[in-house]
Amino acid sequence: MRTTRRTLLALAALPFAAAAAGEDALQAAIARLVGDAPIIDGGITLRTPPVAENGGQVPVTIVVDSPMSPADHVTAIHVFATRNPTPYVADFRLTPRLARAEVQTRIRLAEAQRIIVLARTSDGQVQRAVAEIRVTTGGCLS
Amino acid sequence: MSQVLATPRVRLPRTARAGDVIEIRTLMEHPMETGLRHEGARTVPRDMLTHMAVRLNGETVFSAELHNGTSANPYHVFFLRIERSSQLEFTWTDGQGRTARTEARITLA
Repeated sequence: MRTTRRTLLALAALPFAAAAAGEDALQAAIARLVGDAPIIDGGITLRTPPVAENGGQVPVTIVVDSPMSPADHVTAIHVFATRNPTPYVADFRLTPRLARAEVQTRIRLAEAQRIIVLARTSDGQVQRAVAEIRVTTGGCLS
Repeated sequence: MSQVLATPRVRLPRTARAGDVIEIRTLMEHPMETGLRHEGARTVPRDMLTHMAVRLNGETVFSAELHNGTSANPYHVFFLRIERSSQLEFTWTDGQGRTARTEARITLA
């Protein structure tokens, strides 16, 4: 009885443990990318559908609030999908030649998850936006 | 695996006035196989476009490293400010180092 209950508890905890391990790896990847720069929430508009019918083609629009001047512009936008087998989706490099810090792309999502977008500015700041997306059919990543 | 990359499709205005902000849409036909997918017992080999670059009058103004999460037939939209008649060059590179290229010219109206 005791063993059974313990086993059940362990089994119940498994998916969470796996998810937590994935999140840890992702946090480590983000930490390597941004170094010791503090991450500030906000300054980014992240447009995603709340529910993606097809996880293989999920439209994502990222707009960072930036004048895109030579003195003050966004230099990079990093996109992460927290529960994909390989979470780092794309790395965009921007220059002040762009009229706005806006990128539209289409991404794959294996399952319902959070999207994390980081934007790095020319003065070394890192901004973050997060969106939750539900997925009807996974994006055949595996 | 395709031996030759498709011809990129780029949509942008052919003319602009100085200072205009123009929208550029790019679509590159490609399966973007991650190498993680199975078809029955067979693993579909990895075949990915890994890099995209846009040059304006010879200077790189926008680029992207594309990883597994980018959809098949990568589609991107971005915005440029045009100050003079400009030559644009778009390049996609796959994991084997093959490239697909296209050019466009925007003349001042």
